[in-house]
Amino acid sequence: MAASSDRNPPPFPTAEESEPGLCDMADADSDEGEDIFVSNSNPVSVSRGVSQPDRVSEEPSDLFSEEAASSTAAKANGVHSDDDNDLFADTNVELSTDKSSSSARKEPSGPRHASTFTPSPAAMQPTSLEQLEEEEAKDSFDVDVAVTNPEKIGDGMNAYVAYKVSTRTSLPMFRSKVFSVRRRFSDFLGLYEKLSVKQSLHGCIIPLPPEKSVVGMTKVKVGMDDPSSVEFVERRRAALERYLQRVVSHPSLLQDPDVREFLEREDLPRAVNTQALSGAGFLKMINKASDAVNKMTIKMNESDTWFEDKFQEVENEEQQLRKLHVVVDSLVIHRKELCGNTAVFAKSLAMLGNSEDNTALSRALSQLAEVEDKMEQLHQEQAASDFFIFAELLGDYIRLLGAVRGCFDQRMRAWQRWQEAQSTLQKKREAEAKLLWANKPDKLQQAKEEITEVTVAWEARVTQYERDFDRIGMTVRKEVLRFEKEKAKDFKSQIIKYLEAMLQSQQRLIKFWEAFLPEAKAIA
Amino acid sequence: SSKTLRSVSVDLNHDASLLIDIPDALCERDKVKFTVHTKTTLSSFQKPDFSVPRQHEDFIWLHDTLVETEDYAGLIIPPAPPKPDFDSPRDKMHKLGEGEATMTKEEYTKMKQELEAEYLAVFKKTVQVHEIFLQRLSSHPVLSKDRNFQIFLEYDQDLSVRRKNAKEMFGGFFKNMVKSADEVLISGVKEVDDFFEQEKTFLLDYYSKIKDSTAKAEKMTRAHKNIADDYIHISATLNSLAADDMTANKKNLEKLSDLFEKFRKVEGRVASDQDLKLTELLRYYMRDIQAAKDLLYRRARALADYENSNKALDKARLKSKDIPQAEEHQRQCLQKFDKLSESGKKELTSFKGRRVVAFRKNFIEMAELEIKHAKNSVALLQGCIELLKSN
Repeated sequence: MAASSDRNPPPFPTAEESEPGLCDMADADSDEGEDIFVSNSNPVSVSRGVSQPDRVSEEPSDLFSEEAASSTAAKANGVHSDDDNDLFADTNVELSTDKSSSSARKEPSGPRHASTFTPSPAAMQPTSLEQLEEEEAKDSFDVDVAVTNPEKIGDGMNAYVAYKVSTRTSLPMFRSKVFSVRRRFSDFLGLYEKLSVKQSLHGCIIPLPPEKSVVGMTKVKVGMDDPSSVEFVERRRAALERYLQRVVSHPSLLQDPDVREFLEREDLPRAVNTQALSGAGFLKMINKASDAVNKMTIKMNESDTWFEDKFQEVENEEQQLRKLHVVVDSLVIHRKELCGNTAVFAKSLAMLGNSEDNTALSRALSQLAEVEDKMEQLHQEQAASDFFIFAELLGDYIRLLGAVRGCFDQRMRAWQRWQEAQSTLQKKREAEAKLLWANKPDKLQQAKEEITEVTVAWEARVTQYERDFDRIGMTVRKEVLRFEKEKAKDFKSQIIKYLEAMLQSQQRLIKFWEAFLPEAKAIA
Repeated sequence: SSKTLRSVSVDLNHDASLLIDIPDALCERDKVKFTVHTKTTLSSFQKPDFSVPRQHEDFIWLHDTLVETEDYAGLIIPPAPPKPDFDSPRDKMHKLGEGEATMTKEEYTKMKQELEAEYLAVFKKTVQVHEIFLQRLSSHPVLSKDRNFQIFLEYDQDLSVRRKNAKEMFGGFFKNMVKSADEVLISGVKEVDDFFEQEKTFLLDYYSKIKDSTAKAEKMTRAHKNIADDYIHISATLNSLAADDMTANKKNLEKLSDLFEKFRKVEGRVASDQDLKLTELLRYYMRDIQAAKDLLYRRARALADYENSNKALDKARLKSKDIPQAEEHQRQCLQKFDKLSESGKKELTSFKGRRVVAFRKNFIEMAELEIKHAKNSVALLQGCIELLKSN
């Protein structure tokens, strides 16, 4: 397996980075989401994703670089192959049959932690010893997935977006170590549908894909160029990636053949009937079910206090997270407003500087205008961070908590089934007894045989359902504990990522103002 | 501290012969009562050290009488301080009261604290701007000797009676003329003096630009405040989440909540410092430039009068009637115009210097404060990240 040193990200660009080349590389690893918010005139973002042959040769196992094999398959799909231009830099999406552009493949992300819920690519993760050790540990569970290169296929209202799903793994159950396929959004929904109805997975917390969005997709169908479309696509791409990462880091789900097929199979049959099965649809079902469960007045036995208490905790937490999400959304809006206001102010100040007749003051005003311009940039990046890291984290967990409630619901249904079977068994036994009393001895034997068959069948069912119920209960308990552990890890790493981004921002801010200070002092 | 607030204008209040300050003020139902304190060595005053209570309207009265005084037509009259405006924090306080039920007690308390700080900031600003008005007067060689200025400083009875009388006397005639200052008049008059030609062009252009910048700076500051408020809510909600959390996530949430609580204070400081050093600076000089424009207007008026008097003299000569009166009138107009031009030139030149010095001081202070707050944020962030990682 690749040495963990391969997964060290290049340093995140700071104002100190004087080498533009290095900046490019760093940016290539950083959150693609950052890209959208960097102004179009930023040359760094434009050069991303374009051929970086030096880098590829330095790292012999650029694990997500495309093999020749996959490119033929890509053609078979009728989907463009390696149009590896960074979508956000190049606003013209072109059909390209150029296979050799594999060297131009952009490294989609930084290091991955396979078995955690750690979502989006984070070039900003510092390579502390702790991180390296974590990566070592995860190597044994080695499956990394990435979702990149969104591309619009087709035109008009039938257009859709295809994503590249890349897998890197050492597990023998996969056909190769590194491979990729192209998938569209409905494929992800289809995967979820298949997983969620599997009996064997009942009680598991099945990760939810992002929600459908008619509005978002319509915008994309019209054109992928405008900022809101770009933002929508990036948001979806990142969410799909986190979804897949959660799926493959779940030990049971990873074993599922549908998951394997999703990752590996070139020609995936199109998923149908995904209407009801977007995350939102499923959540609606869950909510209805939860209400129904709450209304049931059936008493359950003792060990249930754990389940009751947990369910309550989950509901409370979900409520609070929703509240927090609303405020963070408000923060994003205000941050974007600040961004806009700052840009407008900077322009106004520049005009004032032009008007000013004192030379030194005029220059200082112009410089202050430039500082404010830089501040606008910082605010933009911060808004991206607020949105793509903080808000999305909350959104993910609000939906995941819904999924948790879902598996509690499944346990309830299992219990119901068991109880109903028991009561049916009871009725059958009563019928049997009545028959024994009512019948004459000669008919008795025959009748008895018939009834016994039925009773025996029901007895078997009752036993089965009881076992199912116990099994689901154990699964749910295990899943919840696992979920809580992963959640804590996920929150911690995302919060750290968020704070580190803020830290970089503030450090750059200091530099901008420190550069301005002598200019202010020079006014005479 | 009020010291840092007295920054919009500099080089004031250093002349020991007449020192003025507003050491405190009272806010009674949105009517502010300023305590104007004077320390003087001048014999024209009855006492060497005294204080009087004054309202905003008294300041306006003083400003208006100065504007109406013919002798001061060639001076830049310091701009009148704007009316104390507590509307914004008052509205917010009202909204907060309405929304009290939707937030936790802790959240409500914090929001209230922020609003009280905002009230205080408005209060400090209005004190500052009234103080600077007086200090501009006291440091002006001509205006400091004004009789009404002395009355304002000294008269220990309620000024409102005098104010009403004054209004009836002057009728605000000249003031209204100036207020409806026709830019066309200023730009239409044929300028004989290069200096004033340049000044005219410069001031008209600069005024519109600085007015624009002031408005936009204000919007920027408001957005900062909104963010500080969001931080309060985020911190409070994280706190609730942490309180109910029994898992390993509890500590993460607590630390983040704590950070946001500290952050909102920093963000609030950033917003108010930016307001004082940048927005208020721009706003003040916008008004000062308006005062300079008013001077230009008066001079243009005087020039127009002079030109008219020339025409009248020509007519008189033609008709051979009332020539001496016409000659005298023309002589007076010329004298007035020359006096205005001479004094105006001096005023506008020193105004430039004053402006440059004030901008320099404020820009330096603003940059230093931004750096200070950012360093503070950096320390907070590093601390929090450390804590989280060490978990």
